[in-house]
Amino acid sequence: MDNKSVSNNVFQQLFTNKSFLITLGILAVVLMVICPLSMSTFRLNLLGKYLCYAFVAMGLVMCWGYGGILSMGQGLFFGIGGYCMAMFLKLEASDPESTSIQTTPGIPDFMDWNQVTELPWFWYPFKSFSLTLLLILILPVLASMIFSFFYFKGRVNGVVFAILTQSAVACVWYFIVGNQGYFGGINGITDLKTLSGWDIRTESAQITLFYVCSVILMLCLILCRCVLNTRLGRVLIAQRDQEERVRFSGYNITNFRLFIFALAATISGIGGALFTLQVGFMSPNLIGVIPSIDMVIFTAVGGRLSLFGAVYGAVAVNAAKTSFSEAYPDAWMFLYGLVFILIVLYLPKGLAGIYEDRILPWYQKRKNQETLEPLSEPQSEEGVKE
Amino acid sequence: MNTGNNTDFLLAVESLTVSFDGFKAVDDVSFYVEKDELRVIIGPNGAGKTTVLDLICGKTKATSGSVRFKNQPILGAPEHEIVRQGVGRKFQTPSIYGNLTVFENLEISYPYGRTVWGSLIFNQTSEVKNRIYEVAEKIFLLDHLNTPADSLSHGQKQWLEIGMLLVQNNQLIILDEPVAGMSAKERDATAVLLNNLSKECAVIIIEHDMDFVAQIAKKVTVLHLGKVLVEGSMEDVQNNEKVKEVYLGH
Repeated sequence: MDNKSVSNNVFQQLFTNKSFLITLGILAVVLMVICPLSMSTFRLNLLGKYLCYAFVAMGLVMCWGYGGILSMGQGLFFGIGGYCMAMFLKLEASDPESTSIQTTPGIPDFMDWNQVTELPWFWYPFKSFSLTLLLILILPVLASMIFSFFYFKGRVNGVVFAILTQSAVACVWYFIVGNQGYFGGINGITDLKTLSGWDIRTESAQITLFYVCSVILMLCLILCRCVLNTRLGRVLIAQRDQEERVRFSGYNITNFRLFIFALAATISGIGGALFTLQVGFMSPNLIGVIPSIDMVIFTAVGGRLSLFGAVYGAVAVNAAKTSFSEAYPDAWMFLYGLVFILIVLYLPKGLAGIYEDRILPWYQKRKNQETLEPLSEPQSEEGVKE
Repeated sequence: MNTGNNTDFLLAVESLTVSFDGFKAVDDVSFYVEKDELRVIIGPNGAGKTTVLDLICGKTKATSGSVRFKNQPILGAPEHEIVRQGVGRKFQTPSIYGNLTVFENLEISYPYGRTVWGSLIFNQTSEVKNRIYEVAEKIFLLDHLNTPADSLSHGQKQWLEIGMLLVQNNQLIILDEPVAGMSAKERDATAVLLNNLSKECAVIIIEHDMDFVAQIAKKVTVLHLGKVLVEGSMEDVQNNEKVKEVYLGH
């Protein structure tokens, strides 16, 4: 088997998958045309922020929905991406001239406040933008593999694994908060200004970043769809439903779990990096225990077996959160909880379930009626002629 | 664990023992299976039949003894490596992937590209498809290739799992109660299927259903309380006093 025919196969499948292309097209029109035309820059920037969570939700569809690995610690990987980007931007914002009033000019301000007099060694890679981008992609892979290798090898999964991911993210939260001089502590890394000289705080920059975010989001959607279209995608479903059977079909499940968990981590990391760019800061409270649970909720609301559902779920839940908290500052947490309970009770497949179980069958029924009617007429005519 | 001696047998199980907290579920069991043999293992409840199979295919770790497949020791190897050597296993309750179609169920068992990278670049060549059609015909499911496995009948699910083993091109197939829950008609079809199967590879079957055993068995091993009680042809076993006592006595 040569590689060319293989990759053709996957792409062929992708481009013959009509419903995927149509859904992707709709999403592209909504994100790239309708939203920029109808929303203020402030709202558009807010939507861009929600889309960053859509990356995490998409990753959860892959590892939880298809792979059966529930991670309640995706904030960890979101945070790795976010902090990598924030560290790069912070270094750029801390040039010796603008930090000349500090005891040690040329290092980030929070380091100076914490009596750190020299840039720590692990900050040096973030002086280079290309190296930062590389680390955004690689660090989540390494972190997820180091974290999960022994668990997957020891066949730890399900609730136990979910709790372990949760505790991992709690550890990282404490680590960041406890190392104020190195990571900015509870305040996070703030005052980010420029990306290679380009001011990211202007309106035009925010609009550009929104487009960049949308395009990368759709590229990730295509990547995930391609992965699910391969045999690996089917093995994922198989090992989720019948772990032993897959093992006794000659597969080493550990490697498959590592792969899908790392893929989800990488996609979350990309989302985190884009989040920092659009929001302008990164702090431990954005990646801690509660945000990590929120990320699972986005996925559950959107539908954990639907990549597009995850995108709409992340946007819908975040939009609801924003509007609830604007309208009912005291009661919004209860409303948020109520919506989640209702969805779990009545829509186990999430928003995507409404589409798959209600709208799609209704549409197909109508379509069938339309195609049946013109078909039946020529048949009767032929009958008459005979 | 001793390594045993070289034999001409396909599978050599020698003084296999496992104890769970001091209870010996399998106690010094030895038996040999030749190439293309169909062996039936019978025994009353709790005789250790399923445990013996679990030990052979690596699901349970043995306390002592040796299992050699094609003269290679396989005891203690991870499950997927034992499978890759050519040992297939069917479970007592049908284990199939309900959310996938019959075709996809069989495709996953295709013995090629079973690594992460291999399955990412796996291509459904005509070779793969033909093999799947061929097996689907043998297991009477050629008309159901695009059916989700969940909507098959119980008997069809059992056949599908047997089919998954066939796609693997195993040299030894281990079946745990393959006709449990089947209708009489399905059972007869399965008997034919298994007899054909034993022409291509060695088969070990655990079965409770004595009529079915009589239909297929050439050589029978009787287990009782974790030990081999008798081994021989079906007639010998049926007329054996000890066996009668175990099944009817007490």
